[in-house]
Order: sequence, then structure tokens, then C-alpha cells
Amino acid sequence: MVEVLYFAWLRERIGVPREQVETTAATVSDLIAELKTREPRYEAAFADLSAVRVALDQELSDFSVPLAGVREVAFFPPMTGG
Amino acid sequence: MRIAVQDAAFDPSAELAGFGQGRADVGAVVSFTGLVRDDTGQMQALEIEHYPGMTERAIGAIVEEACTRWTLADALVIHRYGRLEIGAPIMMVATAARHRQAAFEAAEFLMDYLKSRAPFWKKEITATGAAWVEAKESDETALTRW
Repeated sequence: MVEVLYFAWLRERIGVPREQVETTAATVSDLIAELKTREPRYEAAFADLSAVRVALDQELSDFSVPLAGVREVAFFPPMTGG
Repeated sequence: MRIAVQDAAFDPSAELAGFGQGRADVGAVVSFTGLVRDDTGQMQALEIEHYPGMTERAIGAIVEEACTRWTLADALVIHRYGRLEIGAPIMMVATAARHRQAAFEAAEFLMDYLKSRAPFWKKEITATGAAWVEAKESDETALTRW
């Protein structure tokens, strides 16, 4: 079980800010692939992965990173602070 | 060092009062304040979303990195979230150092990293709708100079 958070337009497209996801996905890429098969809203949110960033337990990470031991996965667009 | 991530408005001049002053090892204070700008003439407000928890950690890591690269006597980062009016301060950074070069460079470093490594997302609100601000390629390339 992993807590998945969404921000900005990913949150809007998926329709929830966070959810518990029961998954056996080995990596972030596998988790995205799994979510995309669930419902069209995930397919829409993850259609262009070049516009998606990921943080694992609140640290910026990569799609290829294993999810073992990770409690919190966050998906969001490139950041626009400052 | 002080980091504040807040909904509330702030007064940059009040925040700077006394910053870096009253000590023998500080000869330079640099500050930058970012204001809500309206490029289209259509904007009503700016909404900023952030990732509570990660935001503070990310800014903390950026300030820590600045402190390893430059000898800073003090550093200040304030960043707002929520709904902001046009012309209002969004964020500010301030640095205090022995000489101005370190203070200027560290302030620019903090700004460059805050723009694309701290989890904030801006949304422009207009009379007809709202649009997420897209990250600029130039913000990413700005990091390569460090």
C-alpha cells in the first residue's frame, strides 16, 4: 500500500489530491503503467510523461527508481515557484 | 537562517529590518522580492499550490547547499501560497555575507533553485477561466551555471 499524491493539473485531471493505492509495482514507471490501465482519467493525466515529475517520500526522484520501502509517491508538473 | 512558507501576506521591508545587522562579520546584505506580475492584462489573481512538507524540506536543502558554497552569516527565504493579488509580494530571499559577491551570488542561486526545485505551482486566474503557468526552459538551464 502506498500513498499517492497529485498536484496542480495532475490533481485536477485525476480528481483527487491523494489516495491509497494497493500495488505491487516494482518501480515508478510500473506504478504509472498500472494506474493508466485503471481509468481514462489516469490515462489522460499520464499521457505525456515529459511533463510529469515524481517525488518519493518528498525527495525528487526518477521513474526508474524502485518503490520498495517508499510510503509516499507524489506526481506533479515541472515546478513554477519563485 | 529562516524559512517561511505561508499563506499570509508579508512586508519585505519589515522582514529586512535588522537582517544581518549589528555584527562585525557582515559587510553586505542582498535581497530580492518577487511580485505578482500580469503579462496579459487579463489576470485577476495568482493562485499558488504547494506540497506541504516537501516544500519546507526542499527549501531547507537549497539553503543548506547555498551555505556550503558561500560563507553566509544569515539567509532568509519567504514564499507564499494560496491566492495572491496582482502586485503583491510572492516571495523574497535575503543573504548576508562578509562581501557583496557572496551575498549576490547566493541570492541568485537561491532564486534559481526556488524557481524549479521547490514544489510550487502557479495558476493564473482570469475573468474567463484559469491556466497553470508552464515551466520555462530557461529556468531549467539557469541551474546549469551553478
